[in-house]
Amino acid sequence: MTVTEFLALPEAPTIALGAGPGFVVELEAFSGPLDLLLHLLREEQLEIADIPIARIADQFLRAVHELGLNQAADYLDMASRLVRLKAQMLLPRKVDEDGWEDPRAELVRRLLEYQQIREVAVWLGRAAERRAEQFARGYLPPAPALPPPPLTLSLIDLLSAIDRVIVGIPSPVLHKVVARPLDVESATRRIEDLLAGQEQIRWFDALGSGATIADVLSTLLALLELARRGSLRLLQPTPFSPMLIARESPRPTA
Amino acid sequence: MNPLAQLLEAALFSACRPITAEELATLDPDASAAGVRVALEQLREHYDFNQHGVELVEMAGGYQILTRPVYAAAIERAQFTVRTPKLTAATLETLAVIAYRQPVGRLEIEEIRGVSAGGVLRSLQERSLIEVVGRSEALGRPLLYGTTALFLELLGLRDLIDLPKAEELTIALRPHRATSEGSDDAAVYVEAES
Repeated sequence: MTVTEFLALPEAPTIALGAGPGFVVELEAFSGPLDLLLHLLREEQLEIADIPIARIADQFLRAVHELGLNQAADYLDMASRLVRLKAQMLLPRKVDEDGWEDPRAELVRRLLEYQQIREVAVWLGRAAERRAEQFARGYLPPAPALPPPPLTLSLIDLLSAIDRVIVGIPSPVLHKVVARPLDVESATRRIEDLLAGQEQIRWFDALGSGATIADVLSTLLALLELARRGSLRLLQPTPFSPMLIARESPRPTA
Repeated sequence: MNPLAQLLEAALFSACRPITAEELATLDPDASAAGVRVALEQLREHYDFNQHGVELVEMAGGYQILTRPVYAAAIERAQFTVRTPKLTAATLETLAVIAYRQPVGRLEIEEIRGVSAGGVLRSLQERSLIEVVGRSEALGRPLLYGTTALFLELLGLRDLIDLPKAEELTIALRPHRATSEGSDDAAVYVEAES
């Protein structure tokens, strides 16, 4: 049988990925693919040791699809195992062939093991329920320490208490922050006025006398902005020589 | 009741968890281990013989005074206390695997249950029902888990020995009859297991 033939079997299941409801996180009905598989076997009254793989694989896939478990990786993992087993069971083999290992053996072992765990789980659940029928002494966590009641205070007591607290506060070290905004606009105007009168000025001309740090920065920013706009050129004839500011002459239109 | 039994009763009444016999022995410097045992037996008989509403219960390696099950419904109805919420199937299955296979790693738990176990393990650890008991020598040195005393307390077990043995389970691994072709191998395997 070829793969195409196998897939073309009348009961060949289709797994529609992405169809149906979104990602299923908690599954109320089944606690996993093995649980679902056991459920199907019980429903069909089938022996674990002799699972008709083809039939149960199709039912498993149908159940996975109907329950919207398509995207639960654990279920898809089992689905793919079952489909593989189905293919392996369909492979021809000689009667009484030695060394033939039932491909279902691993699944049978897992199912039996899981079934046992299920029974223990039920036993544990009953034990926990029995235990829940009995109550120990109610445990109260130790209460947080409160001031001894009754707390009677006069206004004078309260105010003097506040005074004592305030006295204890060290006078804070304050630093006065003065807003000294950079005045780029007036610096721009000053430079433009200077350049209107002469072709070229020096950095110190532009700065003016008694310049503060804020003035220096404003002037620098104004120069950079004007240079960017193409209104002037900044020159430095030799390294470390004072900066020259030249009016931008109209470019030769060559 | 002898004076030691009275002392033990007072101590157990004040405690909110099972107290071991060794801990109880520290209450009285003159008390011997045998004396504590006798006193505990006296206390148990006292509650049972006089039909008290509480009983002395042995669990998680210690002793605790608990109300009798018959009063559970009434106490709950009056909302004096609340019953521990039921454990989910996933929680119980995971606890079952760990209880029988400890120390056991996450991978083995997932293999047996056929589902990922990370979330359940975390919540069991947060509830102190399981704890990390070591690391496997396998690749990546995965964590190994085991059950705690609180697990025994939650189930009212004295010891892990109280868990049902494999042969006591109704679905113990027993040979299945070979019905049709292809089932022989599985049957042989099952026989070997049981």
